[in-house]
Amino acid sequence: MNKTRPKHLALWQIRFPLPAIVSGLHRISGALLVLSIPFILYALEGSLSSAERFAAFKSCIGNPFVKLGLLVVLWGLLHHACAGTRFLLMDIHKGVDLPTARLSAKLVMAVSLVLTVVIGVVAW
Amino acid sequence: MVNRKVVGAHYGLRDWLVQRVTAVIMLVYGIAVAAFVLFASGASFEAWQALFACTWVKVLTTVTIVALLWHAWVGTRDIWMDYAYHTGVRLTLHVLTILWLVASFVYSVKVVWGA
Ligand code: HEM
Repeated sequence: MNKTRPKHLALWQIRFPLPAIVSGLHRISGALLVLSIPFILYALEGSLSSAERFAAFKSCIGNPFVKLGLLVVLWGLLHHACAGTRFLLMDIHKGVDLPTARLSAKLVMAVSLVLTVVIGVVAW
Repeated sequence: MVNRKVVGAHYGLRDWLVQRVTAVIMLVYGIAVAAFVLFASGASFEAWQALFACTWVKVLTTVTIVALLWHAWVGTRDIWMDYAYHTGVRLTLHVLTILWLVASFVYSVKVVWGA
């Protein structure tokens, strides 16, 4: 390997194309989801429990900070699922050419953000 | 020849395929649940609880959770392999990840099958 290649990339100086950002966010959202597994299970538990426990659960997720946190996780899930589906399609050679790849990257960003906002507005 | 290291990796197609198959399982399950909430019975609290009272829903939910945890294991391991270069550190992170996922599984059984 060429030893003189720059070892320390100045990440803040590189302009990332959108597909690179989608890919990076896919990894970040994946890590976020792994960390939130117990909380997602807790939410499922709350939604399946008795009326009294359900009331307690509701007041817990009624807290604006908890709600905001849940929306971040929701965005993570939506982004990860959309970007993941895009990767799955690319694995079977669908949409690998540059124009389509750029378009689908835009779609992934738009769909996950819009869905998060819509669900956020409906649920707030 | 692959330079084998203590990473818990399987160096090959298997995990790559596992990650794709588990992703598809989660997609199918997720879309089904979302469709239920959107279109069936107005997403009432009772309908939701009745849905998860069915044994077959519990079974499919558990299968999907197993797929999710397996997917999460492969994915998290890939991330540690990319960023943690010290073998001891990486091994520790792998063990902590497994503990996290196994504990999540035990909790999920309680949630889905009832205390
Ligand atoms: C909803 C359906 C999902 C789909 C379609 C999906 C799809 C994918 C795909 C295709 C990959 C491989 C990316 C690659 O090899 O470059 C991946 C990686 C990953 N997934 Fe998922 N996934 C889903 C849900 C989840 C969930 C629920 C979690 C966490 C609990 C998760 C955690 C991860 C992690 C940590 C990675 C590794 C990220 C990386 O290597 O950059 N995924 N996902």
